[in-house]
Amino acid sequence: MPSQPERERWSSPEIRMTAKQLAKKLKQQFREIVFEPVEFRGELTLEVSDALRIAEVCQFAKAELGFDYLVDLTTIDNHEDAPRWTAVYHIYGYDHFCHLRLKTSVSEEASGLPTVSSVWRTANWHEREAYDMMGIRFDGHPDLRRILMWEGYPYFPLRKDFPLAGKSSEMPNMAFSDPAPLDGGPFVTVAGGGDSTAREPRMRNPEG
Amino acid sequence: MTVTQKLEVKDSVACTAQAVDDLQDVQGEKMTLNMGPSHPATHGVLRLVLELDGEIITKADPEIGYLHRGDEKIAENMTYNQFIPYTDRLDYLAPLANNVAYALAVEKLLDIHDKLPERCQYIRVICCELARISAHLLGLGAFAMDVGALTVFLHTFTEREKIYNLIEALTGARFTTTYTRIGGLSRDLPEGWTDELAKFTREVSTAIGEADKLLTRNKIFVDRTKDVGVISRGDAIDFGLTGPNLRGSNVEYDLRKAHPYLVYDQLEFDVPYGEVGDCYDRYLVRMEEMRQSVRLLDQCLAKLPGGPINVEDGKIILPDKQKVLSSMEELIHQFMLVTQGQDAPAGEVYFGAENPKGELGFYIFSKGGGVPYRLKIRAPSFANLSILSNTLPGHMISDVVAILGSLDFVMGECDR
Repeated sequence: MPSQPERERWSSPEIRMTAKQLAKKLKQQFREIVFEPVEFRGELTLEVSDALRIAEVCQFAKAELGFDYLVDLTTIDNHEDAPRWTAVYHIYGYDHFCHLRLKTSVSEEASGLPTVSSVWRTANWHEREAYDMMGIRFDGHPDLRRILMWEGYPYFPLRKDFPLAGKSSEMPNMAFSDPAPLDGGPFVTVAGGGDSTAREPRMRNPEG
Repeated sequence: MTVTQKLEVKDSVACTAQAVDDLQDVQGEKMTLNMGPSHPATHGVLRLVLELDGEIITKADPEIGYLHRGDEKIAENMTYNQFIPYTDRLDYLAPLANNVAYALAVEKLLDIHDKLPERCQYIRVICCELARISAHLLGLGAFAMDVGALTVFLHTFTEREKIYNLIEALTGARFTTTYTRIGGLSRDLPEGWTDELAKFTREVSTAIGEADKLLTRNKIFVDRTKDVGVISRGDAIDFGLTGPNLRGSNVEYDLRKAHPYLVYDQLEFDVPYGEVGDCYDRYLVRMEEMRQSVRLLDQCLAKLPGGPINVEDGKIILPDKQKVLSSMEELIHQFMLVTQGQDAPAGEVYFGAENPKGELGFYIFSKGGGVPYRLKIRAPSFANLSILSNTLPGHMISDVVAILGSLDFVMGECDR
């Protein structure tokens, strides 16, 4: 049975290292590729300019700074802006209770970045999901297969140019091989549209 | 006419090796067993492709995605309030807790999370803890049923029925609650509801005690769960396990303590955690968490303040209907809110809440306006299931149901 002080360790101030200090250490180590941390709503975001070194940055964060828990890994499609993809890593340390967000951008031509599944094993599934939904490769990933969609599905549905209604696929006798009828929902809203037809189109980006 | 035919003579050693390989295949030394997606122990639509050597699992490959509905895509196409009903359908065993977690994430983006009235915060804590008891009652009941103790399931279901009656009186729906709004709640507590809840907390304590007596020292239950499915502390952290599964593996961590939200820092409760990380520890953690939730509910009932339940901001929450019909400003607010949604600033936030299954997080990337540009749901069951391919090998096939039951996952949030 752990002693009382250890049990209440989250309330003790001395082990509460601040995320700012940790971000500073990360910045010191990778001075040339890590931008100044940006704070918004008390959360720190560090942008890494060289996507190819993201695994190295993550490895350092885990090994030297105690970020032992990858909370989440996700990707954003910037669509018409360049570079097209942004990968977002939420990392956390169980010893210092600090969150940090790492971001890095990847161009559409490259569409790939090194895997961090060797740093945190939980990244394995997160990266498979990112690959499945956005079509971004993770080089060095041990098992980069689709995870939510079925093997052989031809599209990447979270891309901004993929219509909400879905697309027809060539596969015969397959569920969802035709666009979903949207006249009953999901209830699409485009905030700020002119009239109600523009604001609430029943189907966005319909094919053809 | 002579026909010449070329014959290829294979190397005899290679042929023998090939034949031995083929023979092994024919004899089926290793067998592949498909479990699910429709299997009672997979609690939904999880599919496991198991490679077996006799009764021992040598390889396990979980297949998920059978319940994928594209919630994140849908979220990009609607205002923040419109997405609340979709959060009901993530962890559909604890919709109230999902509603609260999502509302808090958006409120963090709008920077109104510290302006929430006290009463709203207390009611939200009550919602979260009711949802936790409900989810754990089902989780434990189904777990016990999977390993052969049907009685507990019937007992816990009786208690869940009472929770559903409370939720129905509170929200108007038993299952798909959609109770929170960005900046508040859809309605206040109905009259006499707190008395009903007080009665329930007394009754459920008895029921938890009964389930405890039926299981905790039950020889069959202990034999099937103790030292089965051991997840080490290091593995649990590395695979991103959260919630009771993480605490079962000797990690003393709870978001309600480490990063208190709502009024959790004003309430007293303990965080149970296991030592070994086996199925039995995960069971014990859930059992104790229910007791702690009852404790929290009792404190909330004693402290529940009066006052408003919504933030006082016409740009966030729908104004009173009477005022809409009589005053210009409220009419404009109502119109703007319904057609445009809350005008969020550009920016990005992540908020994680301690839900029954673990850390349910929402990452919102906003470019401003009423619709998120990207909304990512960090689902606890997704990360919790990713450890299966690591934990299952080496176990007997009959242990699979015990391990699945003890991980207590929900495919609705795993697949999103």
